[in-house]
Amino acid sequence: MAAQKENMRNSSIKRQNMVTRILIYAILILISALMLIPFVWMISASFKMNKDVFVFPIEWIPSNPRPRNYIDIWTKIPLLTFIKNTAKLTIIVTFLQVLTSSLAAYAFAKLHFKGKNTLFLGYIATIAVPWQAYMVPQFMMMRSWHLNNTHLAIICLQAFSAFGVFLMKQFYEGVPDELCEAARIDGLSEYGIYARIMLPLSLPAISTLVIFTFVNTWNDFLGPLIYLTKNDLKTIQIGLRMFISQYSAEYGLIMAASVIALIPVLIVFLSLQKYFVQGVASSGVKG
Amino acid sequence: MLKTSSAAKAVPSRAGLKKSTRENLIAYSFIAPNFIGFCVFTLVPMLFAIALSFCNWDGVHAIEFVGLKNFMDLAKDNTFKTAFINTIVYSVGTVPLTLVCSLGLAMLLNQNVRFRNFFRTVAFFPYVASLVAVAAVWNMIFSPSMGPVNMLLSSMGVENLPRWAAGKETAMITVILFSVWKNMGYYMVIYLAGLQGTNPELEEAAKMDGATRWQIFRHVTLPQLRPTTFFVVIMLTIASFKVYDQMFMITQGGPGNATITLVYDIYNVAFVNTPKYGYASAIAMVLFVLVLVVTLIQFKGSAGNN
Repeated sequence: MAAQKENMRNSSIKRQNMVTRILIYAILILISALMLIPFVWMISASFKMNKDVFVFPIEWIPSNPRPRNYIDIWTKIPLLTFIKNTAKLTIIVTFLQVLTSSLAAYAFAKLHFKGKNTLFLGYIATIAVPWQAYMVPQFMMMRSWHLNNTHLAIICLQAFSAFGVFLMKQFYEGVPDELCEAARIDGLSEYGIYARIMLPLSLPAISTLVIFTFVNTWNDFLGPLIYLTKNDLKTIQIGLRMFISQYSAEYGLIMAASVIALIPVLIVFLSLQKYFVQGVASSGVKG
Repeated sequence: MLKTSSAAKAVPSRAGLKKSTRENLIAYSFIAPNFIGFCVFTLVPMLFAIALSFCNWDGVHAIEFVGLKNFMDLAKDNTFKTAFINTIVYSVGTVPLTLVCSLGLAMLLNQNVRFRNFFRTVAFFPYVASLVAVAAVWNMIFSPSMGPVNMLLSSMGVENLPRWAAGKETAMITVILFSVWKNMGYYMVIYLAGLQGTNPELEEAAKMDGATRWQIFRHVTLPQLRPTTFFVVIMLTIASFKVYDQMFMITQGGPGNATITLVYDIYNVAFVNTPKYGYASAIAMVLFVLVLVVTLIQFKGSAGNN
């Protein structure tokens, strides 16, 4: 009797669990749909004629797909120039950011020197200052050096953030001091320790920094909007935005250009996702 | 790398220097590339911004010191007041909504579900996606006259269709919904990390005592997540004060000034209308103080948490 009762209770708990699980999946699928539908709609519309984009009910798979949008967009706006500009800026900024941040972080984490705390305080003091609060004087300064309408301005703007130094310093502090000591005894210079021991060890942190910098630079809007007004200098974001405001009724083309603008970030994100998630997560735990 | 090796060669020639001086110089050579760039392009403009907020400057004539005049003018400036209020409204709208959505999503994904990584990637992707591209789709989907959302609503018999970004009352809500949709995945990841740090035994014990799922969440899990929640609130608040791009792309600050924000106002005053760089910097100082207050709360709070 008792065993039977126990059994019944178990099966009712099981059934209840089953219901909960189905509910969880239902909610997850619903949320995923909400997250994905704009992207699916974007791809679908990018293969349509303008007049078909808003046909309702939505034709998710276009009955007569129009890949022409993906050909026309390259001649309608200098999309290739925009992509080249963005790629150039993104690669240079990411490289400089990783190089200078990891160098500085090594000194802050592992070396003893005069003024260490004061210098580091300089970085900390700026955490609370949003870029938007000093973008105007920064622009005036750059303009007085005739750096407006140059890519160099965007590079200078993005390549020396305090964020990279913090991120790398946090990682280096986790590397045991004994490792550096041993290398010093073996006669390795500080530069050697940095290049041969710390850099290879810090690949996960570097990957995090790379993907953060890459995504931020690729997607940056306000910086290029202020600095780059010449068409042949524009990045894909402001180029795309310019196209949208000029040809606001070219729905199919706008969506095709949007898909193209998303692809590089999608590739980097999917291939380095693990490090991105780790980076976000560690900022939360430590913060 | 070039810099490093040339510096390395320079060091032995200084071998005659005192050991501590040499160590200092080596350290400085590590810091210099980043610190010099940081000083020139961040620190100097920051100080310049503070100074400029007490001046009048159109970028052509000489800079003229005007004391507190810019700040007094702010008090009478209706556009600024609207921008300030809108920024706060946007914060009050996005912060709790994003918090609840990201926490809920993290709770769901913290369970043992299949395709966990897939769901996580999907939720996270809007955060890294290009804002311009995503805003373009959003504008089309929520187009008041032709968009599928309103078509769906009207096919369900809704009259008085919302005008979304084009309506004075709905514009801000549209931007808020967009921001929640775009950013919740990021904060979900932070919450997932926070959940890793909770003690599952406590939840087991509560289950043994017959607590319901909601009770366990409310009285066991949530208190353990306090530091994470605190951090998320701070991050969200600071980000919401700096909002600009979303408005620029979805509503252009309108209709009227219904979605103009502080940063939008700074941009307009400095770059769109006749440039008033001093006045723009005064608005920037208001933004700075807002962010500073939140940061100080964070410093105090995280000191308390430890």
